[in-house]
Amino acid sequence: MRELTYLEPDDTTEAVAAVSGDPEAAYLGGGTNLVDHLKLGLATPSTLVDVTGLPMDTVEVHTSGAEPVMRIGANVRNSDLAAHPVLRAHLPVVSRALLAGASGQIRNQATTGGNLLQRTRCVYFQDTTTPCNKREPGSGCSALQGYGRYNAVLGASDACVATHPSDLAVALAAVDAVVLVQGVDGERRVPFADLHRLPGDEPERDTTLAHGELVTGVELTASPASRTSTYAKVRDRASYAFALVSVAGALDLDEDTVRDVRIAWGGIAHKPWRATVAEDALRGKRLTEDAVREAVEAELADASTTDQSAYKLPMVRNTTAHTLLTLAGQAGDPR
Amino acid sequence: MTATPITARSMGTSLDRQDGREKVTGHATYAVEHPVDDVLQVWMVQAPVARGTVRRVDAGAALAHPGVVRVLDHESAPRMPADDDRDLEYSVLQDDRIRFRGQVVALVLAESSEAAREGARLVRVDYAEEPHAVTMDDAEAYAPESGVNGGHETDYADGDLDAAIHDSAVVVEQTYTTPHEFNSPMEPHGATALWDGAMLTMWDSTQAVHAMRSTFAPLLGLGEEQVRVLAPYVGGGFGSKGGPKAPDVAAALAALAVEGRPVRLATTRQQMFSLAGYRTQTVSHVRLGADADGRLRGVGHEAISQTSGFKEFAEQTASAARMLYAAEARSSTHRVVPLDVSVPSWMRAPGEMPGMFAHEVAMDELAVAAGIDPVELRVRNEPDVDPETGKPFNDRRLVECLRKGGERFGWTGRTGPTRATDGDWWVGTGVAASTYPTLWMPGNTCRIEVLDGGRYAVSIGAVDIGQGARTVLTQISADALGVDPSAVDLAVADSDLPVATVAGGSAGTGSWGTAIVQTAQQLRADHGADPEVGVHTTSTTEEYPDMEAHALHSFGAVYAEVRVHRWTGELRVPRLHGTFSVGRVINPVTGRSQLLGGLVMGLSGALFEEGWRDPRYGHVVTQDLASYHVAAHADVKDVQAFWLDEEDPLATPYGGRGIGEIGIVGTAAAIANAAYDATGIRVRDLPLTADRFLG
Repeated sequence: MRELTYLEPDDTTEAVAAVSGDPEAAYLGGGTNLVDHLKLGLATPSTLVDVTGLPMDTVEVHTSGAEPVMRIGANVRNSDLAAHPVLRAHLPVVSRALLAGASGQIRNQATTGGNLLQRTRCVYFQDTTTPCNKREPGSGCSALQGYGRYNAVLGASDACVATHPSDLAVALAAVDAVVLVQGVDGERRVPFADLHRLPGDEPERDTTLAHGELVTGVELTASPASRTSTYAKVRDRASYAFALVSVAGALDLDEDTVRDVRIAWGGIAHKPWRATVAEDALRGKRLTEDAVREAVEAELADASTTDQSAYKLPMVRNTTAHTLLTLAGQAGDPR
Repeated sequence: MTATPITARSMGTSLDRQDGREKVTGHATYAVEHPVDDVLQVWMVQAPVARGTVRRVDAGAALAHPGVVRVLDHESAPRMPADDDRDLEYSVLQDDRIRFRGQVVALVLAESSEAAREGARLVRVDYAEEPHAVTMDDAEAYAPESGVNGGHETDYADGDLDAAIHDSAVVVEQTYTTPHEFNSPMEPHGATALWDGAMLTMWDSTQAVHAMRSTFAPLLGLGEEQVRVLAPYVGGGFGSKGGPKAPDVAAALAALAVEGRPVRLATTRQQMFSLAGYRTQTVSHVRLGADADGRLRGVGHEAISQTSGFKEFAEQTASAARMLYAAEARSSTHRVVPLDVSVPSWMRAPGEMPGMFAHEVAMDELAVAAGIDPVELRVRNEPDVDPETGKPFNDRRLVECLRKGGERFGWTGRTGPTRATDGDWWVGTGVAASTYPTLWMPGNTCRIEVLDGGRYAVSIGAVDIGQGARTVLTQISADALGVDPSAVDLAVADSDLPVATVAGGSAGTGSWGTAIVQTAQQLRADHGADPEVGVHTTSTTEEYPDMEAHALHSFGAVYAEVRVHRWTGELRVPRLHGTFSVGRVINPVTGRSQLLGGLVMGLSGALFEEGWRDPRYGHVVTQDLASYHVAAHADVKDVQAFWLDEEDPLATPYGGRGIGEIGIVGTAAAIANAAYDATGIRVRDLPLTADRFLG
């Protein structure tokens, strides 16, 4: 048995101090990912700092401004958040993304903060008998020439072609969430787009957080687009499978013309991929299937695929078009 | 005496599952849950190379780890008796050769599962690695010398196939493939084992307690009386537990190494992918030639599969093509490619499942090419006698299954792809035939003793692997004795009980049930209708079905409705109906469950299951249930199983035939054919994933 220290801190300051002061320490949230990693030998922390007892388990709704603002505690369970009436009314894309993930039992256990920090499901990352730069920097990337069905097609590097597995993160990227983070030097607000990073030559780093920084919550501000939003997850199995490709879409139309649009993709890159090029191409234009396809094409200009991942390009084109046309009331039934 | 047909009283009724309460309340103790004191946990260390030798095992760090008690390697593990013919799959830790990646190279015994696992991580093994051959292109295919699995001939030819194809008005020649598929029972393989110095007792997750004993005794240098195997509850097997696998052997070796202390070995899900057998990938070249009216002139099926280089397993992929339809010329062959991989093995309907996918998709292609309704095409090719043997069939009712199943499903006939749409979905329907041979195994022994109060103790070493054996054997016993099922005390799943054959080949119930009927009839013949308490009779089966007189098979028709999302390519199966001719169904609840299980497993194979072997490393890297998908509840919609109301006294004295496997057989083809009907896209390679249907 590999021994470790288990701590239940009294407050976030104590938690942050405990992890920041020990390079081998890790936070424990719902444990749906980390506990697997302990068993598989992927993670070998000296200390687990259990943050699930900390008072970050509520959803506050502030309605004083022009739009409702939700402050979601990092410990709010995925199933509770998905059912929140304000979220469902003002940011349905987030609720739907949550419900598209994992299984009922896992959603009951998994936390908001933990969901964002889950690690890739690349089969080589999870297999300690094969090289993986993310698990063991410098050992090589097995996925580049290996099993590639789930590989990234945008923003990958020679060091890593893994994708981020979270559904929630894709929705949060689309609605410009702000991540609330506490470190030893105090709190900071991280725009969602800046939380996750591309692999570059440091694929072992999933996020821009410093060791010991604790996600305490997520702040969401509703918008006209977020009220007309949805999440489409394409997968082989009808449930309980990671996305081949997923699309978080939000749309605000002035008649046929796009006033605001948000597009984020899952299953495409090392981080939730906010398709800003496509969004810019669509703003101010009439929303048609051709316009969406043209915009998506521009976003995919730098895509790189193999025989095994080439399907993702037509899949993300089609799914993005279907998602936006559905939001515009121009396409058939939601799936 | 030989058994004679019996009258149904309990049979045909839905007697409650006899072990249902224990299972749903969690009181059923599976192999690794058997309560023992002072147990040592065993963890397997696996080779990370596909071919080579073990140079050195350094167990120092592992042994220094708190809780680790012993480390066994190929030098320190208990020795098996010298045997040049020893089955190398069972030859665990007996030499330094690495034959496949994932092979067991050491065992760590520890006071806790956690300590054993950490100990396994700390064992340092040096390997001399050699180049490996792990893909179908890496080695030459050969023809298995002693036939293929299931007792079929390697090659079969009747008539001149080339001439028949040449003379045909309509020809289909295509190649179909199926990937590696893995048995994924809810209970992974595992065992609790105890060697007390004289007796090895194993509580094992197995489909065959006596086969385990008869394999283990000579393997371990013990007498049969020194080995006892019990399998009180088994959480599914599907063939993977039909014989010993390396984890069973490892548990026995560990027990022998620590006399007096019980050991426990639980296989992880990941380890199942290298140590529990699998359905090998198959490649089928199918040639069908027919007259303009669809009457087949020639049927050709050349099948290639993969085997391990050190133990041959040849999937009988082309066997069904020999007997399914009438044609003047039929040829089918099997070839295997020997590789440095783990040993393929039985997985629900080995041969029939991948072979009938190929054959029944080809028939659908023929129907389209000839412009004939696919049901009508099959009806037109119905043979009068078994094309393979020339014998009359016991009771061939494929046409009735097709007709009745089609009526229930709402099949209206067609001559080309429908390509119907419903909103964003393309919608189609498909059909395929199913068949499975009726196997029967002699040598089953049953003992019946008369108890107080009109009760009977019925004993036979059968195993209930979830298929409902405890329940249906109780019903067969009751009807054979002419008593209420509540008067039967059935004992199974212990090698100390009379000898029984495997729960496999859809032959368990038939083979065991015949022994029960025969023994009950012998008891009545010897002791009359009102025997004294304490008298007992034991008898062993030698024969029942007349295999010389009849070709015994079961048949079925599977109908599927498929929806393919025209934007995303996702494929869903809202309806899947199977109609089967299987003789008498002993218990409608457990029987339906078996057939539904087969249909669902067929759906799962059609849509999801694919083990991806990395050619560089040699192992299957999709080795957990997140990356190797099996059907989830959301995938299982309107799945229904029906059966013809019939009995078949030619097959068994209680009139039933095996039902464990036929449900899976035609299912993947029916779904692939429905996907073609919906989209016009013909997929010849399983699984039918979303990327196949993207425009």
